[in-house]
Amino acid sequence: MPHIERNVLYTIGGAIVLMTLLPWILGKVVPNQVFFEWPYFFEVAIGGLLSGVMYSLVALGFVLIFKASGVFNFAQGAMVLFAALTLVGLIDLGVPIWASIILTLGVMVILAFAIERVVLSHLVNQEHIILFMATIGIAYFLDGFGQTLWGSDVKRLDLGLPNSPIKLFDGALLVNEFDLIAALIAGVLVISLALFFQYTRIGRALRAVADDHQAALSVGIPLKHIWVIVWSVAGLVALVAGIMWGSKLGVQFSLSLIALKALPVLIIGGFTSIPGAIIGGLIIGAGENIAEVFIGPLIGGGITDWFAYMLALVFLVFRPQGLFGEKIIERV
Amino acid sequence: MKFNLKASLLAAAVAMSSLLSAVQAADDQYIGSLVYRTGPYAPGGIQWADGFADYVQLLNERDGGINGVKLTLEECDTAYNTDKGLECYERLKKGGSTGMPAVMPLSTGITYALLDRVAADKIPLITSGYGRADAADGTVFPWVFVPPATYWGGADVAIQYIAKEMGGADAMKGKKIALVYHDSAFGKEPIKTLEALAAKHGFELSLHPVSPPGLEQKPIWTKIGRQIKPDYVIMYGWGVMNATAIKEAAAVDFPRDKFIGIWWSGNEPDVIPAGDAAIGYKSLQFNGVGAGYPVHEAIKTNLYAKGKGSSKVEGDVGAVAYNRGMQSAVILTEALRTAMKEYGNKPMTGEQVQWALDRLDVSADRMKELGAEGLFDPIKLTCADHLGQGRVQVAQWDGKAFKAISDWIQPNDEMIRPMYKDSAAAYAKEKGITPRECK
Amino acid sequence: MIYREAGEFKSTYQADQAIFPIRQDRWFILAILAIAFIVMPLVGSDYWLGTIMLPFLILALAALGLNVLTGYAGLLSLGTGGFMATGAFAAYKLATMFPGLHILAVLIMSGLITAGVGILFGIPSLRIKGFYLAVATLASQFFLIWMFNKFGWFTNYSASGVISAPPMTIFGDIYVTGPQATAAAKYLFVLAVVAFLALMIKNLVRSNMGREWMAIRDMDIAAEIIGIKMLSTKLKAFAVSSFLCGIAGALWAFIYTGSVEPAAFDINRSFQILFMVIIGGLGSILGSFLGAAFITLLPIFLSNAPHWFGMNIPVDMISHIESMVFGALIIFFLIVEPHGLARLWQIAKEKLRLWPFPY
Repeated sequence: MPHIERNVLYTIGGAIVLMTLLPWILGKVVPNQVFFEWPYFFEVAIGGLLSGVMYSLVALGFVLIFKASGVFNFAQGAMVLFAALTLVGLIDLGVPIWASIILTLGVMVILAFAIERVVLSHLVNQEHIILFMATIGIAYFLDGFGQTLWGSDVKRLDLGLPNSPIKLFDGALLVNEFDLIAALIAGVLVISLALFFQYTRIGRALRAVADDHQAALSVGIPLKHIWVIVWSVAGLVALVAGIMWGSKLGVQFSLSLIALKALPVLIIGGFTSIPGAIIGGLIIGAGENIAEVFIGPLIGGGITDWFAYMLALVFLVFRPQGLFGEKIIERV
Repeated sequence: MKFNLKASLLAAAVAMSSLLSAVQAADDQYIGSLVYRTGPYAPGGIQWADGFADYVQLLNERDGGINGVKLTLEECDTAYNTDKGLECYERLKKGGSTGMPAVMPLSTGITYALLDRVAADKIPLITSGYGRADAADGTVFPWVFVPPATYWGGADVAIQYIAKEMGGADAMKGKKIALVYHDSAFGKEPIKTLEALAAKHGFELSLHPVSPPGLEQKPIWTKIGRQIKPDYVIMYGWGVMNATAIKEAAAVDFPRDKFIGIWWSGNEPDVIPAGDAAIGYKSLQFNGVGAGYPVHEAIKTNLYAKGKGSSKVEGDVGAVAYNRGMQSAVILTEALRTAMKEYGNKPMTGEQVQWALDRLDVSADRMKELGAEGLFDPIKLTCADHLGQGRVQVAQWDGKAFKAISDWIQPNDEMIRPMYKDSAAAYAKEKGITPRECK
Repeated sequence: MIYREAGEFKSTYQADQAIFPIRQDRWFILAILAIAFIVMPLVGSDYWLGTIMLPFLILALAALGLNVLTGYAGLLSLGTGGFMATGAFAAYKLATMFPGLHILAVLIMSGLITAGVGILFGIPSLRIKGFYLAVATLASQFFLIWMFNKFGWFTNYSASGVISAPPMTIFGDIYVTGPQATAAAKYLFVLAVVAFLALMIKNLVRSNMGREWMAIRDMDIAAEIIGIKMLSTKLKAFAVSSFLCGIAGALWAFIYTGSVEPAAFDINRSFQILFMVIIGGLGSILGSFLGAAFITLLPIFLSNAPHWFGMNIPVDMISHIESMVFGALIIFFLIVEPHGLARLWQIAKEKLRLWPFPY
């Protein structure tokens, strides 16, 4: 784990205190509009934290690629959809689930190769916004390609994950099994990715590339291979996200839209931090849940979307590089 | 699931050969159809488009068209995108020898964008179960038709059904009803009706907007399931929002048989992703559900047996959205038939079809002749009334199929008709429209 | 040979500072304007004018607005849709509150209102940069759309939250909104507005203000050291940009579609316009138009092309192929020329200058 600065802890602590106190105060001031009870509050907060983890799963894919190549990968959502479509397509063809997962992973690696060969290798040393635009091209292509291959109708993805509510403390608290499992998987994924980046040879090479392409090249790190590896890992993360979101929503085009929910997570966590993606997800998930339930009634509801971004904006004003992002030092 | 690329290419080849031959005949009735087979809402859109296309092809294959006039169908994919939809409309409106006889945009956004245009182009706009509810007033909206039902009528029927379940309208007093809605023009349509009904029956209405596309609804359902604990939930949802809502309802243990969706929340693609969580979920339908009607048999023997059906899966014949597409085709082709009675057996223009729609009468007997008795409610329109009876039934998902669990329920016209009138009058004032006279 | 400025002498500073100092450029622009104003309305069908040119022009205006912000001032924004919605709803409120108001007044005032909103949401840009700023501007996008959706006042309490344009005339009884308006009248009106604003911006970016923007874009710290006020310059960029986007939004709602719901200006619109700016060329007026042409016309061409060649591919297949070809073309153009179509045009001009003797 990277060293956490003290003011990051203060910021997170402040956010937690604020998110707890504000609903409590609102519950006291306007009790007829805002219903506040502690068990209920915790249930809302826990539900939010757990759905925040689902956002983290998507945000993670962005972070990996941004970290290693400075590319803001707009195609991450399309990759999630593509991975999920391929998986469901294979399962429906009669391939056993475990084999389908491995095959899909293979497809994602091939995709990573193709992207490196066809797109990125031609755009070395270009500005970030150009690479960003290129990933938009990839996103369009993948959307069309995936649906040509597997069709646009909705498909059910059932890996036998449970989805029933668990009652704790005599029913005072209600938690969903599926959310718990998703949180567990995301946790394992993040820890293994963090370890991979920190302690393996490839991980070190990845970090070197992220710091400086030229320097990494000059000490003999093959840039091409690194990019393929990173995009493959991002493909793996997309597959996991696709499985989790696909079992929740069904596999359909809308899956590619979840990328939008990952953006505020990125701002808070920072574009370059793997643990940041998780912390960011937790803050956004809990924040928007609490806001919708306790602030929403005062202003008409339906505020989750913009609230997440507003929350991110507030964080940005205090820490423009995100909570865990690398501080950019500028010199003239 | 088949490998779709191959199937699509095959379908392409078939469509190519059949359409090429059709295009060459000049005296065909051209039908332009705006569909969405791609994009975020494709799952329901594909079935609708297949139902529409299959019914039109059935008339061609079995009867040789309408009164000997063959039908040529041209689709344009809108992806449920208003920009694309407008482009499609403008491209198709001049198609064939007579232009598009009527437009069915299948999207509230496109409907609003077309309101002005259809009046100028003299092409009737048929919005079956979507679009502006107040277009039921034919005096202000001569070119817009809304059979067989409106969102306002749907809201009223939902409350009538709930009242009946509770044991009469009096039992509604003090009960709680929650509305979960897609936060857009479409989702907001029922609010005024429900508020009026809440005042009338004395139940408590709580509103829960879901910001589109509605991938995440945990806070809303925590609130509904754990705090408000309503007696019934009504949902005006759309696309991926529906399955998510059903899943989240299950996650907070809200009973699914106290959960009623509008027709756009009542398709197979809305419940299938939710799996077993959806069992017991109810939805309003303005068309019958199921596949066992004579018209389905006719489609299977005349089209699918010969490999001419448009759906890739024959099992989709009789899906809810498929039936809905068929119903739209019935409304259009019956209007064409009515118009031909007046103007002769040749391709009809938009103006002629509008004349026919103004006096469209698809009676119960006629529905029986079409092989759709009980599947579609009879429709009778007049110059002033562009809605018809507006009846709706309730269906329930049993894990495999939607089953009808109520009769056709008539909305409370005494309350709703004046609401249409008022709203249409306000629109007329804003747009400077003088309502036409209807004798 | 054709495009060569040798022999064109300037004897005054004024002539040297003209917008189009090269004679060929002036002719070219005049020819384009002549085609757009005279030939197009004469030969174009209603489909061409009303369905292809109209959205193209309006979106080009919005792209121009974003280009001021992103291309000239270097501030990446994804709030364009929100600002367009602000313009549309402001225009609607103005037109319904003061029914006698002339459409030009409505447009200008809605542009000004949007500029105010833009300044408000531009404030965080002082601290936030790059992709962080882009994502932060999404806050304005989502908030504005939510606000127009939520509060009935903006839509005069219509049940569905949809606004529709009252019929308005430009002079006499030439309608430019509402069902009476002809496609040609709408097209000419929008063309005039867009051409005027484009000319204005072309001048603006050559002025002090434009130079300050570019200084900030190229290196903000250096710009600050030479005495450029960071906050006011950035906010000016936001104001001008949202002014243009606001007018574009009002034109979209009033002239193009006639009635819209807030969803017409959702996040996809913002992305669409950002694509135009990047594909067309950052920091180029011409680029905004080229980008808008690429993004709006190409899909229409792709979806029509099979039909023209007599092929009957199922519509879903066409849509998928369209999306794939579109994506591939974006990548192709970026590989060929990462700085946008405007840069390709520039290169073509340089080549023409030397042609046919490149040595």
